[in-house]
Amino acid sequence: MLWKTQIPVAIVFAVGMLTLIQWFVPHWPFDQIQVHTTQWFDIIAVFAVILGGLNLLKLQLQKVISRGRDWPYALVTIVGFLAMMVYGFSPVGVPEGIRLGDHLQANGSHFRWMFFNVFTPLSATMFALLAFFVASASYRAFRVRNAEATLLLVAGIILMLGRVPLGAKMTAFLPHFMQLPTVQEWIYAVPNLAGARAIMIGIGLGMVSTSLRFILGIEKSFLGGDE
Amino acid sequence: MKRKRFGPSRLSAAFLLLVPYLAFAQDAGPDGGEAPAAYDPPPAAVTHLTARDAPDDAGKHIILEFERSADDAAGAADVVSYEVFRIDPAGIETSLGVLPVSNKDTLRLITFDDQMPGLVNGTEYSYKVVTRDASGSSDSKLDGTVRTSGQWFALGRFNMLFSVLMISFFILYFIKKAQRGEEIYLRPVAGLKAFDEAVGRATEMGKPVLYVPGIMDLDQVETVAGVIILGYVSKMTARYETELEVPVSRSLVMSNAREVCRSSYLSEGRPELYKDDMVHYLTDDQFAYAAGVDGIMLRKKPAACFYQGKFYAESLILAETGNSIGAIQIAGTASPSQLPFFITACDYTLIGEEFFAASAYLSKDPKLIGSLKGQDWAKGVVMIIIGVGAVVETLHVLGVLPFSLQPLLVAG
Repeated sequence: MLWKTQIPVAIVFAVGMLTLIQWFVPHWPFDQIQVHTTQWFDIIAVFAVILGGLNLLKLQLQKVISRGRDWPYALVTIVGFLAMMVYGFSPVGVPEGIRLGDHLQANGSHFRWMFFNVFTPLSATMFALLAFFVASASYRAFRVRNAEATLLLVAGIILMLGRVPLGAKMTAFLPHFMQLPTVQEWIYAVPNLAGARAIMIGIGLGMVSTSLRFILGIEKSFLGGDE
Repeated sequence: MKRKRFGPSRLSAAFLLLVPYLAFAQDAGPDGGEAPAAYDPPPAAVTHLTARDAPDDAGKHIILEFERSADDAAGAADVVSYEVFRIDPAGIETSLGVLPVSNKDTLRLITFDDQMPGLVNGTEYSYKVVTRDASGSSDSKLDGTVRTSGQWFALGRFNMLFSVLMISFFILYFIKKAQRGEEIYLRPVAGLKAFDEAVGRATEMGKPVLYVPGIMDLDQVETVAGVIILGYVSKMTARYETELEVPVSRSLVMSNAREVCRSSYLSEGRPELYKDDMVHYLTDDQFAYAAGVDGIMLRKKPAACFYQGKFYAESLILAETGNSIGAIQIAGTASPSQLPFFITACDYTLIGEEFFAASAYLSKDPKLIGSLKGQDWAKGVVMIIIGVGAVVETLHVLGVLPFSLQPLLVAG
């Protein structure tokens, strides 16, 4: 109980209060708290990465050894993982005259080649999928099912048309306040912004309230040892 | 003898010979080299150079202001740059940077923040600005000195301190009330009621439950909130003996989520069902993680997908893939830009504060429910302040009221 709950709660309280105080007290030494705690977090996170990497390797190796379902994918993961480890941490594939470490950014190193020719295109491919998903999601969102969906559809059409030259041309004969670019700007800047700000205020209050629950030890379930 | 007439043709020839000579004479120096260029005076120095200590800081920030040189007409004239120097009490000059002149600059007043290393709290400094053009430079020095001064309280944040104290008061007050056994009403939240339904559906179908606690680390309050909700979901999967899959993108989240899941399975009396590998690490990279989770979805076809945490552009990739496999999906996030995607693609979405309220709502713990009630009261006070602020500000702009609440309400 002491190690699982009380000491962690005390640490959360101390660090939480110090972080809160430093926000209101800019004077030394409080101005250093955020800088140092952020660095401590980074250091801890770096060591934790080893745990994550080992866990990934272990699970993928188990899949390959047991010839589980879709095991070739696991093999690709292991090969990719090990290749980047070797090119990142060893002198393999490091151009002559380049120091180990600097080779990560150096032209001609295998690490850089793998990063820009394998990793970056794959990431970009995933990101590009978003365009198709936006289309399919919009199709579902804009289906007329009820009054709210109809309102969303109408607002969406006005916004889309109002932001392209066609919309301006279509309504050029109307008074200025009825032209699509004007209407879309109003929808965007007034009802949309009002809704977004309401959500933001709720989020802000929720964050403050949740943080206070952590700091004051009211919420402890994230420590895992509360039961 | 008839005198030879000096006619127009001879005059023209003489002129033609004279022109190149004169031109050469202008180019040539006294020693036959290149002549000196026309005198280009150095640019006019900057004017109205002032410096002041920045408020609400640790005494390591000085704000300089000066007006551009008269020869700097927003880049049209020949001033090329301004270089700012700090002069310490020993008279040592340190260059703080060169400000190039740009055609885009239209303001005459330039503000320069000196937050460079070397500033010591409680020390007098002087400043100098050097204006340069193609041919020379001119200096402008600060009259006197400016003293750095650190403050023990950021006055500009007083309104935030007031808000924090007010919220804390309401939360603690309602926690006490809840602990005394007073019944506190919580409005039903559809997304939270659907948690049971989603896990139950997965159990009936014999398929796993997928839980994604966002892509950020434990330093984000959304991630911690997501891990807390995982505790309740894992209790349900333990109770119903349903497979749980939690791919994470941060190692620290993996450690924390494992601890939370282990505790849940233990509290449900099913420790034998818990396996460390149900919470597993994929990668820190955003889109590689999205690809990994999509792969898990397509291979394992989970019947219920939970997305609870902080998300960015991968939100729609995950939610649309989940939608394509027919899973019941419940999302919760405090990322305003991702909410529309989740609302579109998921069956239920916990919006902002609902997401933070989830743990209290699901736990039914009086202390946590009391804190929710306190949060609602704080929200009521904030709404009143916003309303009063809007009315007062409008009347001030219209000239009805001589004062404004803006300095009081805008955080520093």
